[in-house]
Amino acid sequence: MSTIEERVKKIIVEQLGVKEEEVKPEASFENDLGADSLDTVELVMALEEEFETEIPDEEAEKIRTVQAAIDYVTAHSEE
Amino acid sequence: MHARISGTGHYLPRQRLTNHDLEQRVDTSDQWIRDRTGIAERRIAGADETVVTMSVPAAKAALAAAGLHAQDLDMIVLATTSADKAFPSAACELQHALGVTDIPAFDVGAACAGFMFAMSIADQYIRNRQAKHILVVGADVLARLCNPNDRNTIVLFGDGAGAMVLSASEEPGVHSTHLHSAGEFSELLGAGHVNAFNAAASDDDAWLYMKGSEVFKVAVNKLSELVADTLAHNQVSQAELDWLIPHQANRRIIQATAKKLNMSLEQVVLTLEYTGNTSAASVPIALDVAIRDGRIQRGHKLLLEAFGGGFAWGSALVTY
Repeated sequence: MSTIEERVKKIIVEQLGVKEEEVKPEASFENDLGADSLDTVELVMALEEEFETEIPDEEAEKIRTVQAAIDYVTAHSEE
Repeated sequence: MHARISGTGHYLPRQRLTNHDLEQRVDTSDQWIRDRTGIAERRIAGADETVVTMSVPAAKAALAAAGLHAQDLDMIVLATTSADKAFPSAACELQHALGVTDIPAFDVGAACAGFMFAMSIADQYIRNRQAKHILVVGADVLARLCNPNDRNTIVLFGDGAGAMVLSASEEPGVHSTHLHSAGEFSELLGAGHVNAFNAAASDDDAWLYMKGSEVFKVAVNKLSELVADTLAHNQVSQAELDWLIPHQANRRIIQATAKKLNMSLEQVVLTLEYTGNTSAASVPIALDVAIRDGRIQRGHKLLLEAFGGGFAWGSALVTY
């Protein structure tokens, strides 16, 4: 079973079409990983699907970096 | 009894509005628009054009393709939310322009999903043997409801009309239609009406408004559910589907929906690059384009779907 961090990074690689080594904790989706506003919406949707959770829009707006995504999922996962 | 598509037609205004034209008007760029929407240009109705004037040539083309005359029609259903009059309905004006009288003619309002609602209504009448030939039209001029200074909306919408004649047939035809509405999302997408109470208010309140990211998310989720449900209801797999004809709002919504369904974009009819989002007209325009260029052939299985303000969304599984 992969860790939350590994699963989040895998989704980021798939959704944004970036290399694994680029997905550093501090990397910003829009500034460092070339995402536009719709990419980040799709990324949030993919996270919702993977972790079977619903991320409210006001929370989703705050998820702008790799670490923020990992933190959100860690804080809201059942495990 | 089943309803079968006996003919289709469409009309697009002559005036083109390209991304480069828009660069001159608002702070935007061709690349930005293409990346986020897939749209390169849209058609804009002239000052003398309306939902009705655009519907006439689309309807005539559909009737001609069906080998029928307007006098053969039993009903006219017109999907629009941008007719220039509150009443009479655009459908009544279209009826008169087609030179027929007495048959029921009425408008249906479900924004960008309007055509699916109109088609579903027509399907019911034919199934129940209440009508043999029904003209179904989707027509809108949403470009003129957008604030000319709002770069978020004016890049999206174009004007146009699409039409279909549904005719009674022993063979399907329309296998099923599926409609949904969810009014709790009304604040994410809409457009106002001018009346005595708001005419004096700030213009900005009446223009079309849209929260793009939120609409995107709900649209992709609802549309992928809708397509999956429509296929499951008919026990048809997506591999058996020849063409998906989606509402042409945004290439990214279409791609995300196709991806969720493991569907190749080669199975999807795309016209939005040259039309923009034509609202209720978008599905019948895309359908007619692909029929006339030979991609869609008799016997092909088609899935039509649309999503729009309300929210309202709907689909139809059809053997052409």
